[in-house]
Amino acid sequence: MTMRKISYMNAITEAMDMAMDKDDKVILIGTDVAGGADVDHLVQDDGVHEDAFGGVFGLSKGLVGKYGRERVIDTPIAEHGYFSTAVGAAATGLRPISELMFNDFVGFVLDPILNQGAKMRYMFGGKAKIPLTVRTVHGAGVGAAAQHSQTLYGMFGAIPGVKVVVPSNPYDAKGLMLAAVEEDNLVVFSEDKAIYGIKGEVPEEYYTVEIGKARVAREGHDLSIVAIGKMVQVAEEVAEQLEKENVSVEVIDLRTVAPWDQETVIESVKKTGRLVVMDEANPHNNTATDIASVVADKAFDYLDGPIKTVCAPNTPVPFARNLEQAYIPDASKVLDVADELIFDLKK
Amino acid sequence: MNKEKALWIYQKMNEIRHFEEEVRRIFAKGEIPGFVHLYAGEEAVATGVMALLDDGDYITSTHRGHGHAIAKGCDIKRMMAEIMGKKDGLGGGKGGSMHVADVEKGMLGANGIVGGGFGLASGAALTIKTLKQEHVAVCFFGDGAANEGVFHEGLNLASILDLPVVFVCENNQFGEGTPHSYASASETISERAVVYDMPGVRVDGMKVTEVYDATREAIERAKKGEGPTLIECDTYRHYGHFEGDEEKYKSDDDMNRDRDPIPEFREKAIEKGWLTKKQADEIEEQAVKTIKTAVEFAGSSPLPDLESLHEDVFA
Repeated sequence: MTMRKISYMNAITEAMDMAMDKDDKVILIGTDVAGGADVDHLVQDDGVHEDAFGGVFGLSKGLVGKYGRERVIDTPIAEHGYFSTAVGAAATGLRPISELMFNDFVGFVLDPILNQGAKMRYMFGGKAKIPLTVRTVHGAGVGAAAQHSQTLYGMFGAIPGVKVVVPSNPYDAKGLMLAAVEEDNLVVFSEDKAIYGIKGEVPEEYYTVEIGKARVAREGHDLSIVAIGKMVQVAEEVAEQLEKENVSVEVIDLRTVAPWDQETVIESVKKTGRLVVMDEANPHNNTATDIASVVADKAFDYLDGPIKTVCAPNTPVPFARNLEQAYIPDASKVLDVADELIFDLKK
Repeated sequence: MNKEKALWIYQKMNEIRHFEEEVRRIFAKGEIPGFVHLYAGEEAVATGVMALLDDGDYITSTHRGHGHAIAKGCDIKRMMAEIMGKKDGLGGGKGGSMHVADVEKGMLGANGIVGGGFGLASGAALTIKTLKQEHVAVCFFGDGAANEGVFHEGLNLASILDLPVVFVCENNQFGEGTPHSYASASETISERAVVYDMPGVRVDGMKVTEVYDATREAIERAKKGEGPTLIECDTYRHYGHFEGDEEKYKSDDDMNRDRDPIPEFREKAIEKGWLTKKQADEIEEQAVKTIKTAVEFAGSSPLPDLESLHEDVFA
């Protein structure tokens, strides 16, 4: 593999490009995935189309020029309509990547996902495949306010028939996107917009990251921190601080929220006996509470203390910079709750 | 229309009618879980459209989907087994009446969600267009679904993308228990087509030939790349929204009560020389036998294996 440093967002663009190059059945559909449809001056003399947006964050920039408007399809702002169209296309032979610009717009697309895409195979006795990748964006931190910033991957993850992946770094972003497009199931690929710019080593070649498998980001033996998306960075920061105090932290990057990797998490808890789960979602009925519940059930005898969760507060995402920063879980909040578990280990 | 088509249509109409009468009978005996929505009375729509489709064409259906499934070529025995929640059902007993489907036959499912089909059919049409197949998709929906927001989204999107899809509204006068005349600001559904820049046609949905002719034109248009058509079929359901519905919303003097597409077509087909009386009689007798066999098959099929509860969530 030839490695080079690229950003989280460039890794996603590269993955979509590779997926479309590999298979003609892969299409991109959504609002302004190209932008500027039917605008004459955006069609060059050689017939190649230029995009006006290439996605609202620019992640699909250039794809319409390469694959044409037949495969990079701008839709009206009609999420219910084009998401159910994407499900119908997936059920009949295409492999669409359908973009939900912000996960907060879920209200408009819930029926095609919840009732159609997620249930068809089961209701039809195994005789349908829904190879649909739903690209969406979650997370606070960029001042986008309450209706463009929430973290809702756990809501999708509560639906049987839906897989949910949340990459925390550029390598996983590319590998998980390629894995999602290869899947014969509905996969929600949830991007954290606050880390679009982070850079990391990414192979130039085609590769996949296994869906359903967590990654041990840092090995340790005193405390396990399971983290999702950009919380992985925070967990690593905590681990470094605690190392100075003689506490060894194991950080697990969950990578897949549904179905999450019980084996890796439980193995870690068996080793450390202490667990903190970080999730930027609101604090109830989320992925962190689910992990806490399963670990309490399956690894209770190995626990040396209560399972702690560190989540956003039970409020919408606030706008003002200081309030938004207070909303997002950070290292100090993890250190506060972890203290009860590890005070006797500290030097 | 020709002899071959007329024979097929008359056979499917009778199969649908007897199927629904049997479902009604065994539902009353308590042998079918949940609820059922019967298609009796609307046979001319499913058969008039499906006479023009083959297995490579797709349809999406509604709560009232048994007629569409039979006309699209789904196995009648396995349909009955599905509705009874049996192992040999089309969906292994895991879908039931509202989710009867057979993707291989191009039947993308009855649908428990009112308005669920607009996008699914458009999506199938997008596949057809993208892969340059010589097919069409048909979205059946009711007058009730026409007032869902996704009606607008679906028709608008299909029109701007010129998708090869035909939207067939079965206006049976009531969305559940609420009259169409109350629920819709427009007098007809078909007149709404104009705002989506597509042809809108309203036909007598009790007359197979009218449905057939309108559909044929719509399919030709779709296959030429000219985009979708909206066809409204004025029809009537003989029974309630669901079995057990008291039908309080229907008035005693409603002229619709006397409308029946099956004798209507029998008479016309014989008059036109498409069918002989003998052929028509034989088809009627055979339909009774076909459905009897289906009921026996479904009745003797076992319940699904308990392990199947956990199967087919993911591919």
